[in-house]
Amino acid sequence: MTDIAAVLPDASAAEAEYARRKQRELWRRRLLPAVGILAALGAWAAVVYIFKVPPFVAPSPVAVFATLTSKFGLLIENLVPTAIEAICGFLLGNVAAILIATTFVHKKILEEAFFPLVVIINTIPVVAKAPILVLLLGNGMEPKIAIAALICFFPTLVNMVRGLESVNPQAMELMRVLSASKTEVFFKLRLFNSLPYLFSALKISASTSVIGAIVGEWIGSTQGIGALIIQATYAFDSALLYATVIVGSCFSMVFFLAITLVERLVVRWQAPAGH
Amino acid sequence: MAAPVAAAEAFPSVVPQAASAPAAVACRNVTVRFITDRRTVTALENVSFAVERGGFLSLLGPSGCGKSTLLRVVADLVSPTSGAVSVLGLSPQEARLKRSLGFVFQDAALLPWRTALQNVELPLEVGGAKALPAGAPTPRELLKLVGLEGWEGSYPHELSGGMRQRVSIARALLGGPRLLLMDEPFGALDEITRDRLNEELRRIWQETGTTIMFVTHSVYEALFLGEQVLVLAANPGRVTELVDVGLPRDRTLKIRETQPFVEIAANLRDLLGRGA
Repeated sequence: MTDIAAVLPDASAAEAEYARRKQRELWRRRLLPAVGILAALGAWAAVVYIFKVPPFVAPSPVAVFATLTSKFGLLIENLVPTAIEAICGFLLGNVAAILIATTFVHKKILEEAFFPLVVIINTIPVVAKAPILVLLLGNGMEPKIAIAALICFFPTLVNMVRGLESVNPQAMELMRVLSASKTEVFFKLRLFNSLPYLFSALKISASTSVIGAIVGEWIGSTQGIGALIIQATYAFDSALLYATVIVGSCFSMVFFLAITLVERLVVRWQAPAGH
Repeated sequence: MAAPVAAAEAFPSVVPQAASAPAAVACRNVTVRFITDRRTVTALENVSFAVERGGFLSLLGPSGCGKSTLLRVVADLVSPTSGAVSVLGLSPQEARLKRSLGFVFQDAALLPWRTALQNVELPLEVGGAKALPAGAPTPRELLKLVGLEGWEGSYPHELSGGMRQRVSIARALLGGPRLLLMDEPFGALDEITRDRLNEELRRIWQETGTTIMFVTHSVYEALFLGEQVLVLAANPGRVTELVDVGLPRDRTLKIRETQPFVEIAANLRDLLGRGA
């Protein structure tokens, strides 16, 4: 008896040890990314300092941080139009994609006629589409919204069509045994089935819509993140350029996280492992 | 879509004499062909049989013998190329529209975004059937019948394979269908779960009095469950023989070790071999 007790550690001690290890691992996962980012910033600062890189080529992180605080008002002023364009384009492009996907699923003939056209339009690069839309829609926010919308449209259309169509065939047979109408099949089955597909497209759209708005502003605009990038570049104000890029990507990140949050609230049924 | 056929007129010889109580299911000379790019497949050829009301018919055969297709013909999911089908004295389409039949699929076909209870309630939300017939068991009572009391709020991914199939049986029983069609419902389950569900299905059949057609490729399952076993052969799918089981109505799994059971099982295996 005493021998066994000596070999087997007390269960509560083992549990405490497990909890300690788990805690350590958690901290490691939190801290290591921060360590990585700090190391990269340090390396960046060191390169700029050691090789005496002139400020119009690349700023040191300290200069970028100084600009971020001193010109915060200017940066936010320029973020607002870009954010409006990106969000409007996001809504417009995705709503259009969802509606067209719904139409395609119910009228196969339209899908066969127009899907190739959509694919062709999608092969035109954004930077090539942008001038065309500026000519068509003028110099205001409209062409930027249109570009952001176009960029969101395609992935959502493709994913939504797939989500609406990839319904479990036995579930379709079940609906038929229950004599469900097409509308009921859509609202009870297809729509829910498409939600995981839709959200993975929306998460892509959230960041690409910001890219669309910025590219639109490059073509012709006096305000917005895109315009500020161009101005800072021509003025050789590298610190402002970097600060602008950081503000733009922070907005993308927040937009992406917001969509991820909505997804978690809406799509609650998937097994943690995913399908 | 098959044109609705009044079964009694279409083939009086198959339908039992009492016109007021036609067979639960009667098929005469049913042939189903599928045309594909490469060739025409004859899934069923000249299949005739009848199941009496309250009966339990097992459909037994190798894969490719068209037993699932036959079930789908009865459920109006597949239209026969030729032949006549009567379901509870109606055409399959009429029977489907009247919600006279329930279908249990091989995979439970639960909607993953609905809880167990919401899945059982689905038939009340589609196809124009908005209320349960008076006296019919409620979704909660059906979940209790299949042994899932307390699991009403669980999502399918939180349930085991056997529990999911129980939910799908409860869903098929909603509204008190007079005919239950089951397409290898326990095929994907482990043997222990399968045995238990076999016993429970016999109990449910006796408690509800519904007619059951059950597709399987297990000799033991077909024999343990069925009052009759329809043995089918493949290429093309056709009936080898309709065997009356004649075992006592109250069965436990122990019956599988008794002499009569073993003898009929050997006979069924013989029939399967002859069809191949």
